[in-house]
Amino acid sequence: MRVNGEETVLRNSATLLRFLQTQGFDPKAVAVERNGAIVARADFGTTELAADDVLEILRFVGGG
Amino acid sequence: MNSTDDFRLGGKVFRSRFILGSGKFSHAMMRTVIENAGVELATVAVRRANAGGRENILEQVPENVALLPNTSGARTADEAVRIARLARELGCGDFVKVEVIADSRYLLPDNGETVKACEALVEEGFVVLPYMYPDLYAARALKAAGAAAIMPLGAPIGSNRGLLTRDFIRILIDEVDLPVIVDAGIGCPSQACEAMEMGCAAVMANTAIATAGDVALMARAFRAAIEAGRLAYRAGLGRTLAAGGEASSPLTGFLE
Repeated sequence: MRVNGEETVLRNSATLLRFLQTQGFDPKAVAVERNGAIVARADFGTTELAADDVLEILRFVGGG
Repeated sequence: MNSTDDFRLGGKVFRSRFILGSGKFSHAMMRTVIENAGVELATVAVRRANAGGRENILEQVPENVALLPNTSGARTADEAVRIARLARELGCGDFVKVEVIADSRYLLPDNGETVKACEALVEEGFVVLPYMYPDLYAARALKAAGAAAIMPLGAPIGSNRGLLTRDFIRILIDEVDLPVIVDAGIGCPSQACEAMEMGCAAVMANTAIATAGDVALMARAFRAAIEAGRLAYRAGLGRTLAAGGEASSPLTGFLE
């Protein structure tokens, strides 16, 4: 998988929610694009990740 | 502030006409700056999260402060739309500051792409505040596209060089029936005050505060200046004499 521009290996099948939790992301504080499409937060727990997925995990930061 | 001078934007009512850019502050300073500035609207950006990162900027933003996510990073209308959708997905409302900048030297906004992004995002139900170069045609197009305000720059982002575009901002105030919010380049409170005296609906500042000696004190200074400028605008500025002077004290009554 490619996550935030970096290659990473998806070892076991996982839902997006599980992936976020094990990687230390706060699911309530991020927005996720999977293969170019936004995944609704309500669907994190039911979205199964695939080995060739491209994820962008975004959050708010300071900015003018 | 007098409640009859409320600032209305996108269905919300703000008593403060100061919008804070939250860039360049540490998380530790953020809440202090917001409180001293007395703002009710602050911009944020959307960026990749760090795995295991614990800092959430939202924890520093008081509940009464609305967020204005920007589309910084976007070089095209499509990228701006993409960022706006992600920002809305983060669940802090429908406001978006459209910022489309392809040039990294001067950071000037691309008005054409900004209009396109505005059209698309208004269609998707966003409250769009477009950051723009003060061009009358672009401003009219943004109004026609449904923008909630226009945000013309005073000078390049981060420059602190002030209201270089003041004459052209004045044209927008006179000709476009939308709130005009000066954003970018304001370097000191007197410039913010001048913008408000001219009739701007609000002022946004970021670097001027972040680069000040005492950041919290400067936030307070900006707050006072923006309130002063608004009062002056409502009061109506006195006339300027084209030539000569006119005594303020009586001409008779002693030493004639």
